[in-house]
Amino acid sequence: MIQPLLAQLVQMTVILVLSPLLTGLVRKVKARLQRRRGPSLIQPYRDLRRLLGKEAVVAENASWVFRLAPYFVFAATWVAAALIPTFAANLMFSWSGDLIAITALLGSARFALALAGMDIGTSFGGIGSSREMMIASLAEPAMIMIVFSVALIAGSTQLSTIAENMLNGQVGLRVSLALALVALIIVAVAENGRIPVDNPATHLELTMVHEAMVLEYSGRHLAMIELAASLKLTLYIAMIACVFLPVGMANGPDHAIPDIVGALVWLAKMAAACVGLGVAEMSVAKMRVFRVPNFLGAALMLGLLGVLLLFVSRGM
Amino acid sequence: MTNLAWMILGLLALAFAGAVLARSVAGRILVYGGSFIICACFISTGFVALSGPVQRLVLPVGLPWIGTNLRLDALSAFFLILVGIGGAGASLFAIGYGRHEAHPERVLPFYPAFLAGMALVVIADDAFTFLFAWELMSLMSWALVKAHHQEEGNAQAGFVYLIMATFSGLALLFGFGLLAGPQGSYAFDSMRENPPVTWIAAVVLVVALIGAGSKAGLMPLHVWLPLAHPAAPSHVSALMSGVMTKVAVYGFIRIVFDLLGPNEWWAGTVVLALGGITAVLGVLHALMERDLKRLLAYSTVENIGIIFIGLGLALAFRATGFEAGAALALTAALFHALNHTIFKSLLFFGAGAVLTATGERDMETMGGLIHRMPRTAIAFLTGCAAISALPPLNGFASEWLTFQAVLVHPELPQWGLKLMIPVDGAALALAAALAAACFVRAFGIVFLGRPRSEPAGQAREVDPWSITAMLGFALLCLLAGIVPGAVIDSLAPVARALTGSRMPVQLGDLWLTIVPVEASRSSYNGLLVFAFISASILVTVSAIHRLSSRAVLRGPAWDCGYPDPTPASQYTAGSFAQPLRRVFGTVLFRASETVDMPPPGDNRAASIVRRISDPIWDTVYAPLGRGVAWVADYANVLQFLTIRRYLGFVFAALVVLLLALTLWQ
Amino acid sequence: MTVVASHGLSFDIAHMLAGGLVLVSFMMLYQLRLTALLHVLGLHAFVLALSVAWQAHIQGAPHLYITAAIALSFKAILVPYVLRRMVFQMGLHREIETVGGIGVTMLAGIALVALSLQVMLPVTSHADPVAREDIALALSVVLIGLLMMVTRRNAISQVVGFMSLENGINLAATGARGMPLVVEISVAFSILIAFIVIGVFLFRIRERFDTIDDGALDRSRGGQG
Repeated sequence: MIQPLLAQLVQMTVILVLSPLLTGLVRKVKARLQRRRGPSLIQPYRDLRRLLGKEAVVAENASWVFRLAPYFVFAATWVAAALIPTFAANLMFSWSGDLIAITALLGSARFALALAGMDIGTSFGGIGSSREMMIASLAEPAMIMIVFSVALIAGSTQLSTIAENMLNGQVGLRVSLALALVALIIVAVAENGRIPVDNPATHLELTMVHEAMVLEYSGRHLAMIELAASLKLTLYIAMIACVFLPVGMANGPDHAIPDIVGALVWLAKMAAACVGLGVAEMSVAKMRVFRVPNFLGAALMLGLLGVLLLFVSRGM
Repeated sequence: MTNLAWMILGLLALAFAGAVLARSVAGRILVYGGSFIICACFISTGFVALSGPVQRLVLPVGLPWIGTNLRLDALSAFFLILVGIGGAGASLFAIGYGRHEAHPERVLPFYPAFLAGMALVVIADDAFTFLFAWELMSLMSWALVKAHHQEEGNAQAGFVYLIMATFSGLALLFGFGLLAGPQGSYAFDSMRENPPVTWIAAVVLVVALIGAGSKAGLMPLHVWLPLAHPAAPSHVSALMSGVMTKVAVYGFIRIVFDLLGPNEWWAGTVVLALGGITAVLGVLHALMERDLKRLLAYSTVENIGIIFIGLGLALAFRATGFEAGAALALTAALFHALNHTIFKSLLFFGAGAVLTATGERDMETMGGLIHRMPRTAIAFLTGCAAISALPPLNGFASEWLTFQAVLVHPELPQWGLKLMIPVDGAALALAAALAAACFVRAFGIVFLGRPRSEPAGQAREVDPWSITAMLGFALLCLLAGIVPGAVIDSLAPVARALTGSRMPVQLGDLWLTIVPVEASRSSYNGLLVFAFISASILVTVSAIHRLSSRAVLRGPAWDCGYPDPTPASQYTAGSFAQPLRRVFGTVLFRASETVDMPPPGDNRAASIVRRISDPIWDTVYAPLGRGVAWVADYANVLQFLTIRRYLGFVFAALVVLLLALTLWQ
Repeated sequence: MTVVASHGLSFDIAHMLAGGLVLVSFMMLYQLRLTALLHVLGLHAFVLALSVAWQAHIQGAPHLYITAAIALSFKAILVPYVLRRMVFQMGLHREIETVGGIGVTMLAGIALVALSLQVMLPVTSHADPVAREDIALALSVVLIGLLMMVTRRNAISQVVGFMSLENGINLAATGARGMPLVVEISVAFSILIAFIVIGVFLFRIRERFDTIDDGALDRSRGGQG
């Protein structure tokens, strides 16, 4: 009882503490590819500390929704991230929420953030919220279709069981799994507001979605939202690693050596994914806003195709 | 059972009292208070009967050879609980809301009779009582829809509603006639013992889908719903959307699952197809609306689509012999029906509160109401979050169960089902995501931001009765989401009666997790999710306030440095929906926007005109209306004939009948 | 239909390559720019070459390696290069106009995949389970290629659709074990494609297609996808 609980607590803390570092790594890779030195890897931590110490400036007509939303967004994202196995396949509280619950928790966070964007009553907040809901209206069904494909192949919607079944090697290479992976990468890019869907470094109203919703935030509220955004990126990378590349994860009862090996492998996977994300962001241009529904529609179609293939023939 | 009959009589007595005492305060309190008490008794009777034996009662009124048969089994008890919950909430709300009614004599007599009709439908055990109660329900609600008939659009709404209600009653009459068979045995018991031949069963299924489906709001027969539901007073709209549509779902379940016996697999395909189309198109229509109550009416259409997706899955699994899956799908559908009653009533109460406070239903004139009506805002927010299927509220629990029902058995032998079920899963996911967008828009435009008109700036919080009803339903949303196992276990008798199996016992688990099939496949724990989120928020807030600053400075909005004096520059309901309208609406609704920009030098205002057409109205109903008008014009000639010609008609009919008699012999 | 338990890695790779060909066909439907479409065409032929080579390996049929080599050299490298040069030299219209929009086209693509699965799987129920799924996927590639030809107004994109259709036929032919004259048939199809491409270039058949010329129907549409 104690060891699984400890493993769960360690995992929750590690994923929280590590996410600003991963964001810093992505920025560093992008800067190096642009032949700049870039900010240091621990700059996001410094940014968070600076923001936490500042006074929060809140608009006169802001309501309690505006003030509560950053904490709710952070809490929902953290709970969702805590449900994803990282270094060990069996996670103590994994039975309380499966992949559908994780998707819905991220949806709750988005709901709160979109409302906060509309709270002050400026046009920037409205732009951000409406575009975010448009992207979500296609990204969420695509995610559910991906969950269906994976669940039909691995026999469960719970991430611990999925990871264990993938590790046991009964699954093999499947067409639907490949389609689901491509679709999940597209959804992850869209949900985290990365190029080609949204530019995380911009503040021009023509190009922003997430930044527009949080334009009015400052101080500790902004710190919470930025932390939640890095946590969401880590969450998606960890989900891809757990479902599609679970090699190296500790499988079975919690012992120290497999857990440590699993942790090191996981860190390597995260770092590789961040480098890949940086390179990919530098290779393509951002899409026009109304090309994004086509992009996400393609992800939805791929997910639907994967599920269709599985319903029709269990061998695919 | 006799108590139940007395309660229904009590409601009819209240209706009479309402007619007499309409104009006085005592009348309003008597009618609504009495309805509240009787509905609470419905809830308790239903709970007791849910796990008990089947109760029957035969009254000597009605058809002479069978009388009036009443029966309370598990299915009826569950829907009686739904009627009770919706009715109690609406009555409590109306004690305060009814004060603002300008013509109470048009509402008070019909309201308890409406409740009585709905309760009678769910306990009827023969075709005559069922249809009598169905027509009573339709007629009373029609009277309530016409209560404000001077207002623009309400007269047309009442007319369309009357036509569709008559049509559904006729369809059901035809269906019951087919089920009764050549002996004419109208009691449900004899129908159960003699299940019909395959092709008659197919016709009855289609007719039940038309009749009950049109009352529930299934496409393409939904057109009356967005016209009629907003026209009625708000507590009646809540009853119509929240309860009457569920009574129609009950009618469908009773006919198809109970009276028809075993069904074919293609029945599942048809219901799944209609459910999926209804869900997606309903929520897309809701996104295009600017009238708050019409938005909620279209959202009802969407949720009925979701319920029918669950029912279609249950039919499909039943036909292939997979009873555990059928129980899961049926439980998911009924759980969603309960949830929808709760949160749709809550949302309509909120809309009624906003209407009372501002006098407006148009979302483009509202804004900033969270500062003026804080308690209504919290309740409405809970309703919006629940209907968007966000954990840990109840909407997520029932959607989660429906998703699990989609995943439970992919190895179906029929190709139609193999293709239809994944497509419906995608449609369900799309409808859920669009519903979240729709309700972010509804709450954000109405309650957040700055007031867009003078009445919105002067709004005041509504009376305590209304707030109690709203907050009570909000609490129910949270409870049903945290302890969904209790609802699932109470639905077990219904599932066992209709599909022969039930879901595994839920409440045995210590942590109150729900497990639809088995623990290794999937599970969900609403209580833990709620606890984790609350704990995270508390820990974070206290940590931050202790370790760093807790100062807040109020100032003008940043808005990228632009000074922004007018609330007209903020996003409107139409602009919020514009990306979605452009992505989905250009194909489905032929949505188009024309901008009229005056040339430089001309100082009239620019304008933007949005045009949306409803494809079902244009392709089905408008040609039908034109056809009827053409036939009427053509047949109008018959009005102006001479006496000699009329006599000629009678003479010709007589001759033809005599000829037929000779030929037949 | 029960799970085929005898799935080894070789069968999985064959499926993966056939599924990859379907995926690349969908990528072709998604493109709006001609140069990107030609790159995806090259990728399509490359995946076909890999699939044919793998079939040569697991069937032990060395003559299929020739087919793979033809697909790689001719269809993956030469034809896209020639088409690209033609586009730039003739100054052809480089934006692809679609009939109906990308979303509707992709939905139609999914429906075609479902249709081909529904047709092929019951019909071939006595055959080798691996081959029948590959043939069903090959039929979907053929149908999606036809869909591309029907929903594109640009001549080059119709040629690309035809080539992807032919790739699908190749996939089906090599998937069926022991089909005779596969190499000869693939050479014949390649010559056919060469003549079509040369025909468009030499004879400049502009009138037969909707739009081929730059500036002819260049209405600015404000971004309607």
